[in-house]
Amino acid sequence: MSPDLVTVWAGLVAFAVLAYVVLDGFDLGVGILFPMVRDARQRDTMINSIAPVWDGNETWLVLGGGGLMAAFPLAYAVLLPAFYPLLIAMLLGLVFRGVAFEFRGRSDVHRPWWERGFALGSVVAAFCQGVMLGAFIDGVSVDGRAYGGGWYDWLTPFSLATGAAVVAGYALLGATWLILRTEGELQDRCRGLARALFVAVLAMVGLVSLWTPYAHAEVAARWFAMPNLLYLSPVPVLVAATAAVFWVSLGRGAERTPFLAALVLFGLSYAGLGISLYPYVVPYAVTLRAAAAPPESLSFMLVGAAVLLPLILGYTAYAYRVFRGKVSADDGYH
Amino acid sequence: MFESLDATVVARLQFAFTIGFHIVFPSLTIGLASYLAVLEAMWLKTRDDTYIRLFDYWKKIFAVAFGMGVVSGVVMSYQFGTNWSVFADRTGPVLGPLMAYEVLTAFFLEAGFLGVMLFGRARVGPGLHFAATVLVAVGTLLSAFWILSANSWMHTPAGYAVNADGQFTPADWLAVIFNPSFPYRLVHMVLAAYLTTALVVGATAAWQLLRGRDFPAVRTMFSMAMWMLALTAPVQIVAGDLHGLNTLEHQPAKIAAMEGHFETRTGAPLYLFGIPDMEAETVRHAVEIPKLGSLILTHDAEGEVAGLKQWPPDQRPNAEILFWTFRVMVGLGFLMLALGAGGLYLRWRGRLYRSRWLHRAALAMGPSGFVALLSGWITTEVGRQPWTVYGLLRTADAVSPVAAPGVGASLVAFVCVYLLVFGAGTYYLLRMMAKPPERAADERESGPLHAAAMSPFREDARPGTGGAA
Repeated sequence: MSPDLVTVWAGLVAFAVLAYVVLDGFDLGVGILFPMVRDARQRDTMINSIAPVWDGNETWLVLGGGGLMAAFPLAYAVLLPAFYPLLIAMLLGLVFRGVAFEFRGRSDVHRPWWERGFALGSVVAAFCQGVMLGAFIDGVSVDGRAYGGGWYDWLTPFSLATGAAVVAGYALLGATWLILRTEGELQDRCRGLARALFVAVLAMVGLVSLWTPYAHAEVAARWFAMPNLLYLSPVPVLVAATAAVFWVSLGRGAERTPFLAALVLFGLSYAGLGISLYPYVVPYAVTLRAAAAPPESLSFMLVGAAVLLPLILGYTAYAYRVFRGKVSADDGYH
Repeated sequence: MFESLDATVVARLQFAFTIGFHIVFPSLTIGLASYLAVLEAMWLKTRDDTYIRLFDYWKKIFAVAFGMGVVSGVVMSYQFGTNWSVFADRTGPVLGPLMAYEVLTAFFLEAGFLGVMLFGRARVGPGLHFAATVLVAVGTLLSAFWILSANSWMHTPAGYAVNADGQFTPADWLAVIFNPSFPYRLVHMVLAAYLTTALVVGATAAWQLLRGRDFPAVRTMFSMAMWMLALTAPVQIVAGDLHGLNTLEHQPAKIAAMEGHFETRTGAPLYLFGIPDMEAETVRHAVEIPKLGSLILTHDAEGEVAGLKQWPPDQRPNAEILFWTFRVMVGLGFLMLALGAGGLYLRWRGRLYRSRWLHRAALAMGPSGFVALLSGWITTEVGRQPWTVYGLLRTADAVSPVAAPGVGASLVAFVCVYLLVFGAGTYYLLRMMAKPPERAADERESGPLHAAAMSPFREDARPGTGGAA
């Protein structure tokens, strides 16, 4: 087994998942914030800010799932049955929120129901992803080449807390995205929401950062043994710095910086998790190497990924550029 | 409620249900994406507003269908892991990369340019907008390429080895991708998508013509749909026959089940009607044409055709299902051919836009593409049983270690949500297609967002446009 290929693919799958989390994160966040805005034109504005890009954002979820099956089939085969009910609930939540973009404009009578589905579907999808994160951190039991646990192993106070944390985190991304893309009353509203959400998210990040090493000696050793403590100390320092930048820029009325700072905060938390859990792809049971597909599979995909991923990033950036600037309630096509 | 059932059966039901719902949307959007690219090209070339009016009309229908395809498709990418984890573990090294290539080459392309195509014409200009439309269409075809390659490999596995963990591993990627049944399946499926779309467009135009809305845009789409049908239906019948001969070579048991042949014999008949009985190993109430079965399958009236008794009972696909799904598909295919021929004849006689019988027939045939497509899909997939990877991995051995009640509960959830969501979506699609395309032009000019789309049946409230002819 070629170590380089496994590491490269671990990085690529991790990148796909992070891309999914921050990109679909902000548009799920817009859905989570939807019930807090009652005005019909402001709601149209919110929808129009994500309508041209949400589908591309969700494609990263398919790449994360498909990439996991292709590069680490054993992990895919263990993790999906482990999170079975959460995945089904997440997928059904995504069904409701995905169809709402088109359906809400199709009927006056049904519109309030599709909008409820849009908001609730977004909350359910985000919450399930957060619970999966918590259950993932807490470890998954494995029997041979299959999931070895029960139906409700994922259900713990910790996983429920991470579920709430991800809902708050996505809502924060959504609020800062709307600060960037909107103006006037809606933007003011989002500033207030962002402030409250930020405090909640920071508290949750702190909780997870303390609980994980406390509950898992392996993780504690990774962070607190010398010399790792020195190498890894920039991570918490950067989190503190980003938090300060976020708070000050939000107070000064900046439009772009809060969104970027929230993205960096997500990136740092994600890096922290990676440091804690490496080299496991199924925590504390299966390593990346043990789960990896054979080198013929990994190298075949790497050729394509090396050419296609830069292209994808390029035209995705182009699509975002086409729709840059402030969005209004009249930007749809209906 | 599912305790008494085998988890494998429930997992199969769930996969059949979720993919059966999913498959109808991409088959429409594959066809519509190409149709939209043609419409926009015609507009750029001729600057005839009829084309851009039709483009805007079908674009909205495309958007709704595409949205449903996306959300039901995301579900599919996780079905392999939730219910078929052993299958995922064992075939992941071979099939995973094919699906990864589908995401990288197709899904991102579609999603990246869909926004520009739907919302961006004013922002990017006509040239770049046309490029976006073409890229979306190319994306839908690339998606069909990769997923059908993966599906075909499950029918005719090639280019693989097996490692110590029992996983299939790639030995020759070209042999994996271009496995023996793939070219036939790809052509047959893409043609099916084009036929399905032509039938939907034709039925929409026929509905408008029957309501007396004989507008230029309606005529254009009826004419285009009838041309497409007349050209594609015969090609599809030839492609289907070639696909069948390929299946006879690689999966003869499937053909035996489709034909209701239990005995291996020369000069085998073609059953027009009958009720196969797997237990009794016979076809009851058979109406048959002697020797025609051999003639079709071997191109020789005395050719030998294998019967199901040639395989042990636990390796036989279910003829009680396949016999009929196959006949429904083929029967509808010939009705499509007849409709296409009727359209050609009436066009030649100059009565294409006036023959109410043709319009009624086109309207009645509107959903037939979907029915034929699902029948064909059931035929090929049920015909693969009892294998997930043909001859190598049994379906019963591919399922997740998840108990039947859990799979059953999620199946109930899928059924409830899908019936609600896609039922509503189908209703919206039908309502959009019931409005005449001329309305689309009015909407574009009439100011605020949703103004027209929000008032249902608006054309009925406005006199003077409904019965223009």
